[in-house]
Amino acid sequence: MATFKDFRNNVKPNWCPGCGDFSIQAAIQRAAANCGLTPEELAVISGIGCSGRISGYIHAYGLHGIHGRALPIAQGVKLANRDLTVIASGGDGDGFAIGMGHTIHAIRRNINMTYVVMDNQIYGLTKGQTSPRSAEGFVTKSTPKGSIESTLSPLELALSAGATFVAQSFSSDIKQLTALIEEGIKHEGFSIINVFSPCVTFNKVNTYEWFKENIVNLDTFPEYDPSNRIHAMTKLMETGGLLTGLIYQDKNRRSYENQISGFRETPLAEQDLALSEEQFDQLLAEFK
Amino acid sequence: MINQLSWKIGGQQGEGVESTDRIFSTALNRLGYYLYGYRHFSSRIKGGHTNNKIRISIDPIRSISDDLDILVAFDQESIDLNAHELRPGGVVVADTKFTPTVPEDCDIRLFSVPITAIAEELGTSLMKNMVASGASWALLGLPLDVFNRAVEEEFGRKGPAVVEKNVEAVKRGADYVLELAGGPLDDFKLLPADGKQKLFMIGNDAIGLGAVAAGCRLMSAYPITPASEIMEYLIKQLPKFGGTVVQTEDEIAAVTMAIGSNYAGVRTMTASAGPGLSLMMEGIGLAGMTETPVVIVDTQRGGPSTGLPTKQEQSDINAMIHGTHGEIPKIILAPSSIEECFYDTIEAFNLSEKYQVPVILVTDLQLSLGKQSCEPLDFNRIVIDRGSLVQEAPEREDKALFPRYAFTENGVSPRVLPGQKNGIHHVTGVEHDETGRPSESAENRKKMMDKRLGKLDSLVVRDPILAQALYETPDVLIIGMGSTGGTIDQARELLENDGLTTNHLTIRLLHPFPADEVRPYVEKARHVIVVENNATAQLAGLLKLHVGHAEKISSVLKYDGNPFLPSIIYNECKHICTLSKELV
Ligand SMILES: Cc1ncc(C[n+]2csc(CCOP(=O)(O)OP(=O)(O)O)c2C)c(N)n1
Ligand code: SF4
Repeated sequence: MATFKDFRNNVKPNWCPGCGDFSIQAAIQRAAANCGLTPEELAVISGIGCSGRISGYIHAYGLHGIHGRALPIAQGVKLANRDLTVIASGGDGDGFAIGMGHTIHAIRRNINMTYVVMDNQIYGLTKGQTSPRSAEGFVTKSTPKGSIESTLSPLELALSAGATFVAQSFSSDIKQLTALIEEGIKHEGFSIINVFSPCVTFNKVNTYEWFKENIVNLDTFPEYDPSNRIHAMTKLMETGGLLTGLIYQDKNRRSYENQISGFRETPLAEQDLALSEEQFDQLLAEFK
Repeated sequence: MINQLSWKIGGQQGEGVESTDRIFSTALNRLGYYLYGYRHFSSRIKGGHTNNKIRISIDPIRSISDDLDILVAFDQESIDLNAHELRPGGVVVADTKFTPTVPEDCDIRLFSVPITAIAEELGTSLMKNMVASGASWALLGLPLDVFNRAVEEEFGRKGPAVVEKNVEAVKRGADYVLELAGGPLDDFKLLPADGKQKLFMIGNDAIGLGAVAAGCRLMSAYPITPASEIMEYLIKQLPKFGGTVVQTEDEIAAVTMAIGSNYAGVRTMTASAGPGLSLMMEGIGLAGMTETPVVIVDTQRGGPSTGLPTKQEQSDINAMIHGTHGEIPKIILAPSSIEECFYDTIEAFNLSEKYQVPVILVTDLQLSLGKQSCEPLDFNRIVIDRGSLVQEAPEREDKALFPRYAFTENGVSPRVLPGQKNGIHHVTGVEHDETGRPSESAENRKKMMDKRLGKLDSLVVRDPILAQALYETPDVLIIGMGSTGGTIDQARELLENDGLTTNHLTIRLLHPFPADEVRPYVEKARHVIVVENNATAQLAGLLKLHVGHAEKISSVLKYDGNPFLPSIIYNECKHICTLSKELV
């Protein structure tokens, strides 16, 4: 059995000391090991940003693509090889600004994979501009007088797009985060896990302390029923989105791959490509 | 007896022009005639004039003709817009209902048939296309039973009663017109064809078929004219082979999803036209940088912006070559016939995996949508070459990464797929070292750039150009690409009648440009004329850049949305040759 150490490599992340992304990386490594995966069975597909570097820091197959496109690439990987465990990951700018179109449609499509968003409410890599996740009034390089756009609530959006697994966590709570990623991997369908990941360099408002004070943790509400979509929506709205834990799960909806007609259990990548002459003749018949 | 003929049907979009054309040409195909179709349509679904033209011949043909023999008109507009194409003695079959008139000064025979009235008598005006096609079929003196079999196939699904009604409509149309004309028209009698049924399809079908044969099992795409038929074909066929088509949210998702699945080992394609191609550019750059194979089809249409979305153009050449930022290796293949659409699609997948580069397969609207007879497609020419895929990677110590980007003699590195044992490596669009890890080292950067770009130094493509070069030193060398080849050849016949000797080159590999292959032909010609459907002479620009001899290169351009006609090319070439004679 592989342990989380098997998912480590010798690359020293170039994240700032104290960046929330370190713990997210550790949680993915632990969750993968807990799920009984070997490094070869995991593909981490990431976007561009400080967060996007994560695929290079995990010993597994990894692809670091272009800004905002981690999800379509990751979906392509999963359709090609359904035996792989596919995790897509990137920042809030990556997933909720430039890549928002893909996020909504990946949710709707419900391919069996896990999306971990490293949400720091700011653009880290480009040195501190506003993000769709920034609070109104938030002062950044690009909003010197404070952001005047409303803050995006990605998980409310996910629920309304038909998400089948919606969770949120905080990078300091590595235990909860690991458990949620594990559940996300095991979930049949698309799981979105938004993780508050403080940017210690550019975000002086949404700090570790700030999150600790403001987060409402569902783990402290044993009576909460994550199968109720209306409750999930209400709870998110009540807490201004600062809710952690498993917020919603639909265990009935089948994943995209399991609904495609003619799609086989054997990964496409392993199937024989050559046509027989008979098959070819059958294809030609239509044009006679 | 004649050996070829042109037939056209015109009406309002949604009026049955398409289905009439389909049945008419299916029946002709059964008789073994060679066919070449042209669809004139607008981007509305209902309403707006539309017409379909079919050229019918006992010999292979690759272009539409200048003139027209028979016009079937559902409305006066169809006559007004198309009568000028009719040759002297040409025929119009039109619906009595709108009291058709033909231009007075022309030698045109008008057969006014109560098309709508007969159809309504039989139950529904929907059948007027059957009455009309029956009438024009009968005038040609072709066997009615063959036509009826095509009708049966079209309507068989709807039950025998519907078939019977439609067959009756055909008969009534035929009877009526034969009575009027006193029998089939003698000067419209086609020589019998060889009776061998040809394949009959559009370029997009041939591309879809080629993709299935090449082992493409996934397609991710976003609908657009004139590319959508490729997607529609694969939606129908891929499930039979375990594959599928994903209609993505946009073309950025389409190309990046295709890159993801190619990375994971499945031959995957996407297809679009200009607007989608523009959106894909960053993704294509990623494929180039990460050496991930991917096949992209660009079915060119009228640009820029939404441009003329249902019209002919060849104006994406520069965008395809230069559209991506930075410098990546890519291959651009331009099939010039329906058969090439099939074989080149297979080649595109092979080249893409062999050289680990994005391959763009480019057509134009006429090649993608014009329905044509196709020579038999050879099963034995289907070869799948997956390049340097490593079956079993050697064991590695201490989590050492697989050198996915190893420097090799020809620049192509061994490739492993995710999931494979001992194959773990990193992939990134950031400059990277041999294991895929990011690297900013200047030395590595230069080596990696040279490696990637150098891969195409050893590129071998089957027939990068096609040369019809009978003459050692012709008066004129005409150069074209895509669907224009057949029309160019017709124009050449006219030029030769005037005593001008001509050679013809078709550029099939747009990038990297096959300069060494093209140069000798250019050097030996007196004039070089590049024929292309765009306003800024993009193909001629490539020629001047890579081959030189700008002083003798002229252009014949057309960018009004319509394909070339032989007469246009002939006249302009003639003009260019005369002008330069005067100068001398
Ligand atoms: C098409 C494109 N536009 C802009 C950029 C520049 N860019 C890189 S990362 C980034 C935003 C980073 O913010 P986020 O996604 O939240 O990630 P973080 O760095 O905060 O982890 C931007 C704008 C780019 N790489 N590509
Ligand atoms: S800038 Fe912010 S997000 Fe980026 S590494 Fe530093 S702390 Fe993390």
